[in-house]
Amino acid sequence: MSSLKNEMRKRKANAFLSSIVHNKMALTGTIILGFIILVAIFGPIFVPFSSTDLGNVEDMLLPPSARHWLGTDDMGRDVLANLMSGARISLLIGTMATLISMIIGTLVGIASGYFGKAVDNVLMRLTDFFLVIPWLPLMMVLAAILGTSIWNIILVIGITSWAGTARVVRSQTLSVKERQFVERTVSLGAGSWHIMVRHILPNVFPLIFANTVLIAATAILSETTLSFLGLGDPSRASWGMMLHYAFESGAASSNAYWYYLPPGICVVLVVLSFALMGYAFDEIMNPKFKER
Amino acid sequence: MKLLEVKNLQTYFTISQGTVKAVDGVSFDLDYGETLGLVGESGCGKTTSALSIAQLLPKEGKIVGGEIFLEGQDLAKLTDEEMQRFRWNDVSVAFQGAMNALNPVMRIGDQIAEAMILHQKLSRQDALKRASELLELMEIPGERIRQYPHEFSGGMKQRVMIAMALACNPKIIIGDEPTTALDVMVQAQILNIIEKLQKEFRMGFILITHDLSILSETCDKIAVMYAGKIVEKASARDLFKDTAHPYTKKLIGCFPNIEGEKIVPAGIPGVPPNMLNLPSGCPFAERCDYSQEICRIKMPESLEIRPSHFVACHRWEDLINER
Repeated sequence: MSSLKNEMRKRKANAFLSSIVHNKMALTGTIILGFIILVAIFGPIFVPFSSTDLGNVEDMLLPPSARHWLGTDDMGRDVLANLMSGARISLLIGTMATLISMIIGTLVGIASGYFGKAVDNVLMRLTDFFLVIPWLPLMMVLAAILGTSIWNIILVIGITSWAGTARVVRSQTLSVKERQFVERTVSLGAGSWHIMVRHILPNVFPLIFANTVLIAATAILSETTLSFLGLGDPSRASWGMMLHYAFESGAASSNAYWYYLPPGICVVLVVLSFALMGYAFDEIMNPKFKER
Repeated sequence: MKLLEVKNLQTYFTISQGTVKAVDGVSFDLDYGETLGLVGESGCGKTTSALSIAQLLPKEGKIVGGEIFLEGQDLAKLTDEEMQRFRWNDVSVAFQGAMNALNPVMRIGDQIAEAMILHQKLSRQDALKRASELLELMEIPGERIRQYPHEFSGGMKQRVMIAMALACNPKIIIGDEPTTALDVMVQAQILNIIEKLQKEFRMGFILITHDLSILSETCDKIAVMYAGKIVEKASARDLFKDTAHPYTKKLIGCFPNIEGEKIVPAGIPGVPPNMLNLPSGCPFAERCDYSQEICRIKMPESLEIRPSHFVACHRWEDLINER
């Protein structure tokens, strides 16, 4: 009996994995992202330079060579080493900001949909505010006020990007809370917290999960924008900071393509991989798209 | 003392168009180990009567009159918080449509355990242990508490609903169409389980249905409802043998008899009256073959025509004498 159950479970897991493998978008996204994460974690071991090593004058803005694969920047640092430590920062900010955004969005969405009436009104007007306000100036102002540390950047991105999630979660909550099992639990005398956590959250979770991937892409893009504009943490250079320094040092006009292209391409690849995964998850989890 | 005595219960719904007297002056009682069947067309007030006992009415509905004595205590007078102690511990409900009353992403065991954790303050472990015992009682292997609703068949889900209703050892279970949408074999299986449990635990059972064939098999007493009132109430045997209300007669006529001649079931012409605007006389008069002048003017009183056989009809004697 239990071996049969394990067999079933194994088959289900295999079906999920194979649907990812067979979905070309999901596969591409996963491979790109996986590669970048691996490089971010293990890459520095294989590169003999550190992103903090300042070179000599003769090392400045060297084009790619056997010694410096991606050349050096205007302070003589190895671009590849910078790129790898930048990947860590960018991915860290992206994940943490996404986490904050998802938590706020889920809480607001479920509370709003479940309680309705005045709570719904207040929370949704707040959501509308965050939806319509031009987020870039808002983020810039917040980042400028709070100061440029990595945690402030995370916080700023997190609290400006939850509104879409809250909307989606609210609408799903509205539909789930009318289902009979919620009514049954209410008749058991269960409290609101119990119903929201045990019954509604698991039912809206697939939606939250699919949303997370797309928010992560936005978060990394936002971080790059903020850093490029000089609002990033100067002590921990992300890809956006690299672009910022490249711009400041006039890399574009001095034709030092090895300085500004790698971080730019990396940002595009990560955002692309998240977007591909997001669409693919939607396809896999949404039965409407499933081919039978 | 009777297990349950409902006296002159009135439950009204206040909606924007006016007041709906969904249950208007309904009385019945139930003893330990007894089964009462509530039968009638859709919207006749059978579910509302039963849910009034557990006070699980939608917010528009309110008990405006009457008494509900559970072992001598009047439930109709309790506030919602006081009622909370009786709900599930004494009166529980097996809901209609088991397919929707189960959370698709929660394990069966946790859903059965919920009532015990919330009402009897059991630990999750103890509650789950009891949940698996309850499943065994429902003739489902106990280890299946770890599965999800989609792994259960329709009949099994319905049995899970009954297991949930049993969770806190209630004195009365209200089954709101517990076998609707199931095939006859599964129906019979579920009704057998209920019967077995009733004998074992001496529970009272209120069965709400529109299927008379189920009632005749399982119920001790049957109350036939029409437009918010009980029109006829008798033991199952009397009701079928000495039918005294034209509506009951029509209802019985709707079901083919396996031993009788080959006939087309009769059906009842017309539709139930508008509940917002009930006629002053007998609500069934419009559709009744027996209706006379008086039926349209005067509402018939409920009469006890022989011990424990109540009828609300001006012309019950004609029906009895017909046979």
